[in-house]
Amino acid sequence: METATMLPEVTAAGVIIKAVLILAVIAAIAGFGTYIERKILAFMQRRLGPQHVGPYGLLQLAADGIKLFTKEDIIPQHANKIIFAVAPVITAATAFIALAAVPVFPDFTIPLLDIYVPSIASDVNVGILFVLGMMAAGLYGPLLAGMAQANKWGIIGSARTAIQFLSYEVVTGLSVLAPIMMVGSLSFVDFNNYQADGTWMVVYQPVAFVLFLIAGFAETNRTPFDLLENEAEIISGYVTEYSGMRWGLFFIGEYANMITIGVIASIVFLGGYNDFWFIPGWIMIIGKIAFSFFFMLWVRAAWPHIRPDQLMWLCWKVLMPLAVVNVVVTGIVMMIIG
Amino acid sequence: MSLEQFKNRNVGTQNYVKLDLDHSPTSGWCQFKQVVKRTFKPELFVGLWVTLREMGNALFRGKMHTTQYPFEKLPISPRYRAIHDMLRLMESGNYRCIGCGLCEKICISNCITMETKYDENQRKEVSEYTINFGRCIFCGYCAEVCPELAIVHGQRYETASEQRASFSLFEDMLTPIDQLNLQQEYQGFGAVSPNADENIKKTPLAY
Repeated sequence: METATMLPEVTAAGVIIKAVLILAVIAAIAGFGTYIERKILAFMQRRLGPQHVGPYGLLQLAADGIKLFTKEDIIPQHANKIIFAVAPVITAATAFIALAAVPVFPDFTIPLLDIYVPSIASDVNVGILFVLGMMAAGLYGPLLAGMAQANKWGIIGSARTAIQFLSYEVVTGLSVLAPIMMVGSLSFVDFNNYQADGTWMVVYQPVAFVLFLIAGFAETNRTPFDLLENEAEIISGYVTEYSGMRWGLFFIGEYANMITIGVIASIVFLGGYNDFWFIPGWIMIIGKIAFSFFFMLWVRAAWPHIRPDQLMWLCWKVLMPLAVVNVVVTGIVMMIIG
Repeated sequence: MSLEQFKNRNVGTQNYVKLDLDHSPTSGWCQFKQVVKRTFKPELFVGLWVTLREMGNALFRGKMHTTQYPFEKLPISPRYRAIHDMLRLMESGNYRCIGCGLCEKICISNCITMETKYDENQRKEVSEYTINFGRCIFCGYCAEVCPELAIVHGQRYETASEQRASFSLFEDMLTPIDQLNLQQEYQGFGAVSPNADENIKKTPLAY
């Protein structure tokens, strides 16, 4: 990479430190996200939320963790045991693998050891494709989990996973295609550098931004599109038979995915980790990710969810044509201007 | 109106007032217009605003709705028929019960048991008085029939207990002698709750 030549050399030690950093910090944040979610939802419904474990209920996370780890791990009698056991790992693992190609924190050098820790664990030149592909592969988790557990609700949940996957994936790809055309690269670093002049991509590509957000909600199974585990209709969908830490892995994967979507939205559309006036870039990116996380909770408090057929209708008949038109218009404008 | 007219359920031939509902789209263009209208209507953002406003109300204006139950309790109505109280006479501190046995007699679930005897002043003394709360249906007849306002319904509605004996003995229901000045007169079955004024609201016709 040309951009890498100006920076210190990326060593294996730096990458490993970065990987451990991502794993530790994101897993902690993903767990902490459950607390944030419960608290924010409670406030929006004028409740107090968890507050008895520790100050302001902050240790609720620890209590939940102890509960999850000590719960009995039940595998149903007629379930396909191997797939049943592997499925949660797929969700959690793909969520973290996706984060490998995403710039999460700014790069820094450990002073005494002189180890340079890059901002991306591995700056693959097709970063955005890798991340979206990994998140899409994560959908195998719910799909296999639902089919392996020999439960009607699980089967319905995995069927819904399949249609959701088929619906939003097209929109995700087409909506990020227009920014990719403008930047001319698939690397997140190039996306960030493209917006270094202070003009965010969302100014050029508002339609693509909205489409990507909608598809991102579908990708993370968040509320308007949480058909996979909709309690009111299908008990818990694909997690009906799961208990203990296997169930917890699904949750960690979901929250890590929320963070990933927040990171992609921030870097591709919202100016990335560039400095903003006097605010340093690392505060900006954390602020943007935090806001997108909050936005997902906010939407969950405010909006109802939709039916599977409405999701397919929305994705195939509304969003996909809009995305195609957006790509075509972007292409024409680029041809005329550039 | 004759019976035949009532039996005519044929909607098309009568003067029914139909609701002014939106017509469902007929052509593809109409469907497209509906989609555009629904897409750009700011209703979704109204929803977002409402939840955010409620969050602000809850956090900054003290409109949190939660009652932290075991630590704080809402006032209950004085009509509420909870665990019984045995009241004392304010002047002498003696218990009011004269041992007439009317409550035992009227109790429809046969849960009141009392034994009486004459004391040295030839006054009736209650030697044994229990209410079997496993049987009591809290009908309130005992309080209603009591000529001395001695047995009344109190405010203890948390009736879960490890032992029935915890609150079914006479001494447990009797006002403690050191709290005699705090003894509340039973307001009766028609009384309004102390916060009745606050609870009055407009009928929500606007919804």
